[in-house]
Amino acid sequence: MSALKIKKGSTSHSAYNLRPNFSDVIERHTLAVLVENEPGVLARVIGLFSGRGYNIDSLTVAEVDHTGHRSRITIVTSGTPQVIEQIKAQLGRIVPVHEVHDLTVEGPSVERELAMFKVSGTGDKRVEALRLADIFRANVVDSTLESFVFEITGAPDKIDAFADLMRPLGLTDVARTGVAALPRGD
Amino acid sequence: MTRKMTGAKMIVQALIDQGVDTVFGYPGGAVLPIYDEVFQQNSIKHILVRHEQGAVHAAEGYARSTGKPGVVLVTSGPGATNAVTGLTDALLDSIPLVVLTGQVPTFMIGSDAFQEADTVGITRPCTKHNWLVKETDKLGGVLHEAFHVATSGRPGPVLIDIPKDVQFATGTYEPKKPSVSHYQPPLKGDMESITELVAAMETAKRPVFYTGGGVVNSGPAASQLLRELVEATGFPITSTLMGLGCYPASGEKWLGMLGMHGLYEANMAMHDCDLMINIGARFDDRITGVVDMFSPKSTKAHIDIDPSSINKIIRVDIPIVGDVGHVLEDMLKVWKSRGRKTNSEAVAKWWKQIDEWRSIDCLKFEQNGKVIKPQHALARLEALTKKYDRYITTEVGQHQMWAAQYLGFEDPNRWMTSGGLGTMGYGFPASIGVQMAHPDALVINVAGEASWLMNMQEMGTAMQYNLPVKQFILNNERLGMVRQWQELLHGERYSQSWSESLPDFVKLAEAFGAKGILCSDPDDLDDAIMEMLTYDGPVIFDCLVEKHENCFPMIPSGKAHNDMMLAGVDTQGVIDAKGSVLV
Repeated sequence: MSALKIKKGSTSHSAYNLRPNFSDVIERHTLAVLVENEPGVLARVIGLFSGRGYNIDSLTVAEVDHTGHRSRITIVTSGTPQVIEQIKAQLGRIVPVHEVHDLTVEGPSVERELAMFKVSGTGDKRVEALRLADIFRANVVDSTLESFVFEITGAPDKIDAFADLMRPLGLTDVARTGVAALPRGD
Repeated sequence: MTRKMTGAKMIVQALIDQGVDTVFGYPGGAVLPIYDEVFQQNSIKHILVRHEQGAVHAAEGYARSTGKPGVVLVTSGPGATNAVTGLTDALLDSIPLVVLTGQVPTFMIGSDAFQEADTVGITRPCTKHNWLVKETDKLGGVLHEAFHVATSGRPGPVLIDIPKDVQFATGTYEPKKPSVSHYQPPLKGDMESITELVAAMETAKRPVFYTGGGVVNSGPAASQLLRELVEATGFPITSTLMGLGCYPASGEKWLGMLGMHGLYEANMAMHDCDLMINIGARFDDRITGVVDMFSPKSTKAHIDIDPSSINKIIRVDIPIVGDVGHVLEDMLKVWKSRGRKTNSEAVAKWWKQIDEWRSIDCLKFEQNGKVIKPQHALARLEALTKKYDRYITTEVGQHQMWAAQYLGFEDPNRWMTSGGLGTMGYGFPASIGVQMAHPDALVINVAGEASWLMNMQEMGTAMQYNLPVKQFILNNERLGMVRQWQELLHGERYSQSWSESLPDFVKLAEAFGAKGILCSDPDDLDDAIMEMLTYDGPVIFDCLVEKHENCFPMIPSGKAHNDMMLAGVDTQGVIDAKGSVLV
């Protein structure tokens, strides 16, 4: 599947030499974009999505190589296969973008997101919240007599499930980091 | 060798090291140190325009007629914002430009200072790349990288925003060196795909070459290779507005321009072909019309240096990412090594069909009566200027389409028009840029009166530098293309599409010290054109033409290529509600 890796400077085996059978089904893809960490680079990426009408379901960014000044932007987006291909090609065109990887098609990958939930309540609800947090392996990072702040890490659907359970138990605030993802194995 | 110098001096030094001979610009507070350096040297000629938009279009004209990047120098704030239209124009037409803007000093950025604008923010979506340089030491490197980015891969405009304190400060200048940039778009196409395309060409029964501006951008060698390929295979060739001149208009395989106002035979060939070979064109909506009905029976190959052009609008069967010149060279090599085969019998039959379409003579018109038809004016201009070393620029509208239809181009880089953005006001400053690059050539801007007025202040520039640009204005006292669409789509309600209170163009020319010629009688036309051509200096030619002429042929919005409107048709009710929402 490495043929789908879009790397600047490659002459063949790029995604564009594949003959994809485009369908109209909306797909969700996780893209890893390795960029030069220079001012404005995130604005370029975000501006591309807004300017061309693409979706951003989640976006995370941080410098991952401090000496090489590389940042990794993880974007979860959705669209038809033709739109996904177009997004990858447009990202690859941005000058400070070094590599674009489509983790959804390049092979198995792991996705994780960190979230914090503030749940306020007393009595049975408070006990139930703590019990469910334990099942989900969420940690208590702050506690008062009327509230907990839970920290949970997992795939986005696990976090969604936890949020659904906390809502009737007094969920008041949520903070989520967005998805970070890496391919499995080598 | 690295040297210490001020940022301002570094800028001029970098331009010299990049081989720049001409800069189009306009001074202001935030670029004064650079202008001081411009004053103290003789290597680079600075052309003072009358509006920053004019500077960018002039640089575009320079770039398109030479193949070299155009360079612009303007100040912060309004200087930069006035350049935005030109930048967007250059981005859509893939024209290499390096635009330098002044910025308020670094310690004032973000304070809403006088003439401050977030220039890199504003121009991020309308440049290929841009930089804000906050350290003088980095200026030299960024300048050289800017030229590399503007001219590599798919060309485009880049912008460098330089705060005034960075211009004053002293730093180390890094001279131009072989590029260490990570930005290196591949030039060679995938050989497997090229072979697949050649195999398709060998068996094609109804092939057509569909070429575009990518051939021009690839350089003169690409045009030469294209001609060789066309002659060797005997396939018909059409081109977009942007690619005119890559294959000579006098060549026998030439079908004329395609698209919304393209020739009947070109569009019919696109619709009915079984193999479409797209070379450096981008399936723009002016070409495809309704995508669902676009060339339904063909296998489509697409050669483009920009991977994002492929499968963007039209799904293609044989994509080839690479530089047109490199890919054409490999195509020819492969085709020759496989025995120079074509399905000549079927192609001959295809030509018979094309000749039938040609016999419709879709550009025919009748010049009768005492009013000049715009088509006639251009046909005469073509006849009388054919023998000159000629460059044509245009504004945007009906006259632009007529110019593309009735003028013939034998070579690339001779036709400068705003294709993607459709910028009224482009042609006049572009003609100034072309004339700067080719001082002895005949440079004509084919204009409409409304477009021309949009950048008429550049008469001052033409006069100051004694640039003998000929402004050939087809004056119908209308926004002709707007009027045509109102006739077709809006029940002949001509809302705001008249040119009221027009100036006397002859007096206007004279007010600037140029020559004005008025012509309204078809019998005087040839003499008047000759008078324009032989006059040594700028001329405004006010050609009064038929006011309600429509531009045909036309693919109405929402229709397919084989559903063209030809001259003389009833224009009412042709476009349905679905088509009328398209532009």
